[in-house]
Amino acid sequence: MLCAAYPDLCTLFSVEFGDGVLAVEPGALLSSAEDLKRLGFDRLGMVTAVDYGEQFEIVVRLHAPEHHAAVFLKCRVPRSEPRVPSLTALWPGADWHERETYDLFGIVFEGHPDLRRIMLPDDWRGHPLRKDYEDPHVLPRPDYI
Amino acid sequence: MAVVDSIGRGLDAAPGGDVVLTTLDALIDWARGHSPWVMPMGTACCAMELIAASFAKFDFDRHGAFPRPDPRHVDVMVVAGTVTKKMQPAVQRLWDQMPEPKWCIAMGNCAVSGGIFLHDSYTVVRGVDEFLPVDVYIAGCPPRPESLQDAVLQLAKKIRSESIAEGRTHRADLLLPEAPCEPEEAP
Repeated sequence: MLCAAYPDLCTLFSVEFGDGVLAVEPGALLSSAEDLKRLGFDRLGMVTAVDYGEQFEIVVRLHAPEHHAAVFLKCRVPRSEPRVPSLTALWPGADWHERETYDLFGIVFEGHPDLRRIMLPDDWRGHPLRKDYEDPHVLPRPDYI
Repeated sequence: MAVVDSIGRGLDAAPGGDVVLTTLDALIDWARGHSPWVMPMGTACCAMELIAASFAKFDFDRHGAFPRPDPRHVDVMVVAGTVTKKMQPAVQRLWDQMPEPKWCIAMGNCAVSGGIFLHDSYTVVRGVDEFLPVDVYIAGCPPRPESLQDAVLQLAKKIRSESIAEGRTHRADLLLPEAPCEPEEAP
């Protein structure tokens, strides 16, 4: 359905976990999200990120309730410059998702109206879901558990 | 006179009159021990058991533990659930708003020690006794409502053993002169 409606993007598609995955460049994230919204993928499921070491991958889940379909919109950014455009202009509900992703991964969403920490206290240092996060207060799990 | 009978301590009926004599301690402890109004500080899943305990089937209201969602009305804070570092200032603030005398019950493993979040967690406070003076600990994940009732009864027992004079005697102790001691002889 997507390929028929939007042949230009067809080469970018792959399939993971039974759903289409659209991998785009950070610069094209906003425009492809806009296109997908016009195609019927008008419900934002979630925004999150994955730490792949040198790169972060931002994952956006979009649903098309009328077509009973869903798609992953992904884009990779370098670890040194984790900046992507914000989707809050398209979906106001992306606000807290992006704040959470900023809080735990340190991804900066450009154009977000209020990019503050949401889960952790405001004076927290670091981003805990990054692989290189270290906290001296964490009690390591002993071997016998 | 069922009320007077239940005081049971330091109580004398004056002969030939409608007057009873008691100590102020016994009267106040009786009153406090029978109405520990509860602040339901439910922060996680233990709150479900706390809610169940306060409704008809378990009904811990019959022990006087009446849930009030307002810190200025209550005597006991029941911390039911995981307290995160983000939540800690809010719990502390509510505790500070409660009038003295006040007591605290830590309900469930998370409130006792951090529970399953004790290890490898960057955001969970390892037990509310890190920042609150806890009187009764209830183990369980979550504890049954009966455990909470038992904790309320244990707390009532503790309240009844306290004296309002302790603060004064403590201060009086501080005023006593230090015991004289022999100066050490220089070698």
